[in-house]
Amino acid sequence: MVDNSVAVVPTRKRFHLNRRAKTIVISAFIGAIIVAVFVSGMIITDDMVAANFAEKNLPPSFGHLFGTDWLGRDMFLRTIKGLSISITVGTVASAASAVIATIIGIIAATGSRWLDSFINWFIDLVMGVPHLVLLILISFVCGKGLTGLLVGITCTHWCSLARLIRAEVLQIRTQQYIGVSRRLGHSSGWILIHHILPHMVPQFIIGIVLLFPHAILHESSLSFLGFGLPPEQPAVGIILAESMKYLSSGMWWLAVFPGALLVLIVVLFEKLGDNLKTIVDPYSANE
Amino acid sequence: MKDHPAFRIGKRTAGYLIRIITLLIATSIVAFILVKLSPIDPVQQYTMGMADVSEEQRQAIADRWGLNDPPVQQYFKWAMAALQGDLGESTIYRRPVLNLIGEKFLNTLALMLTAWVLSGLIGFTLGVIMGVFRRTWLDGLIKRICLVLCSVPTFWLGLVMLLIFSVSLGWFPIGLSTPIGVASSDVTFWQWLHHLILPAVTLSFMQFANIALHTRQKMVDVLESDYVLFATARGESKWSIVKRHGLRNIMLPAITLQFASFAELFGGAVLTENVFSYPGLGSAASEAGMAGDVPLLLGITLFSAAFVFTGNLIANLIYGVVDPRIREGSSGG
Repeated sequence: MVDNSVAVVPTRKRFHLNRRAKTIVISAFIGAIIVAVFVSGMIITDDMVAANFAEKNLPPSFGHLFGTDWLGRDMFLRTIKGLSISITVGTVASAASAVIATIIGIIAATGSRWLDSFINWFIDLVMGVPHLVLLILISFVCGKGLTGLLVGITCTHWCSLARLIRAEVLQIRTQQYIGVSRRLGHSSGWILIHHILPHMVPQFIIGIVLLFPHAILHESSLSFLGFGLPPEQPAVGIILAESMKYLSSGMWWLAVFPGALLVLIVVLFEKLGDNLKTIVDPYSANE
Repeated sequence: MKDHPAFRIGKRTAGYLIRIITLLIATSIVAFILVKLSPIDPVQQYTMGMADVSEEQRQAIADRWGLNDPPVQQYFKWAMAALQGDLGESTIYRRPVLNLIGEKFLNTLALMLTAWVLSGLIGFTLGVIMGVFRRTWLDGLIKRICLVLCSVPTFWLGLVMLLIFSVSLGWFPIGLSTPIGVASSDVTFWQWLHHLILPAVTLSFMQFANIALHTRQKMVDVLESDYVLFATARGESKWSIVKRHGLRNIMLPAITLQFASFAELFGGAVLTENVFSYPGLGSAASEAGMAGDVPLLLGITLFSAAFVFTGNLIANLIYGVVDPRIREGSSGG
């Protein structure tokens, strides 16, 4: 799908796009796909995925792209609906974790030395417990369900971004214009808001997009283990967990397609993040 | 004396150890607070399956478990007992937690160790191949595969493996670490291995992409350096350059990275064990979470943290001890 949009570009000689413009077009295209999946998932009502016993256990066909399950529900619609839920959870959680990361990163870089080393130690602490174990613990504490999922993913994903932002702020703080601004009598708070925060905006946005794949993968893992969303909401993790019971009866389409679509969405988000990074910071393209 | 390498290494190790101990204590405090915040009543959980339990009996259980004490006192009681190797009794297995973790961890260790070695070997080899054939179609292909593998959920890969190798081809059993109906003491080594292969391969697939991409980067850096150019000018063959300049330089970072990846390894094991119904620590962790088995959950959290910290410690030590550049490096770095 992505290739088509690129292939259109070089065929006309007059209409030439440079690499930057191409990157923007690709990003917009990926963004459009993700939004389309999200919106169509919202539109799909429960009636459309209602049980239909006349058509149960059907393998994939043109009528049912992903086949139907043991209740005759169309797997394609269920998957899209599930992905839409996952995208919502992933976006909210990664945005929240990016906010936490920014705040903690800036505090670490601008605060006193002991605060910096304390935050560093705390990050080691959070990264020390395997994410999934910590997620299980938090989700257990929040009594499972959506809250536990959101709180858990938010609490576990800010670490690496916080370190990145800390390093960035430290580097900006050594710049000469910060020194000049200080000599001009501006307070630390003023400098923070006018000189440092604006530099953090691109980091923040890229951070959200790059955190997203991790967030959605952990969301589906946790749902798969049974901690996340309730079974009435067909998140992809739950669809795959249910499919496990039907594996040995040969109903492979229940597991293969929903998972493949999940992988596709994650890959798209990762591509989007890379492209955004190239647009904001062209030097990173050469890495 | 102060400049002696052994002294410096000792000092460094001591520093790491202190850090690990503080981190472990903090982990136990955080985990304990989290569990105390939970809305699930442990007495309720414990008495769930039993016929009518009177209010007095509930109180008696709560008293015996010290649930009516202030939380700080509860923590110290639990921590002191934990230090003496008593992590309490699992409410779902009705067995001492430490005992249970020890038994389950042996299973998990077999799984993780196999996957760890496999992913290290596959990842390193692929990384070297990518580095040597950099910017060719082969490099591009392997790199793509690695990048996609990073986005694949572990449990889905496990499901697909099960579908292909167990359901369609029938090469491997669908789950459990021993055949059904055979006592665990009667299992032969081959049966055990037969049940281990598929989960281990799945787990290693989740790990090797990272190490391959990292090794590729290092290999490219080395092969495009001036000393390799000089070696080429001297007439060294490609293979000898890779062997003498490449491998020696990139082996250490790769091994370090492998040790530092214990956290992901453990997380992956939780999912893999659940997919393959492999009776290890990972499936015990999710069972404990589902059933509200607080002592087991706390024990596993602590244990997994200790496991990860050990990996990090080894990674740091390897870097500090084996690499002469860091060993001789100036002032503690």
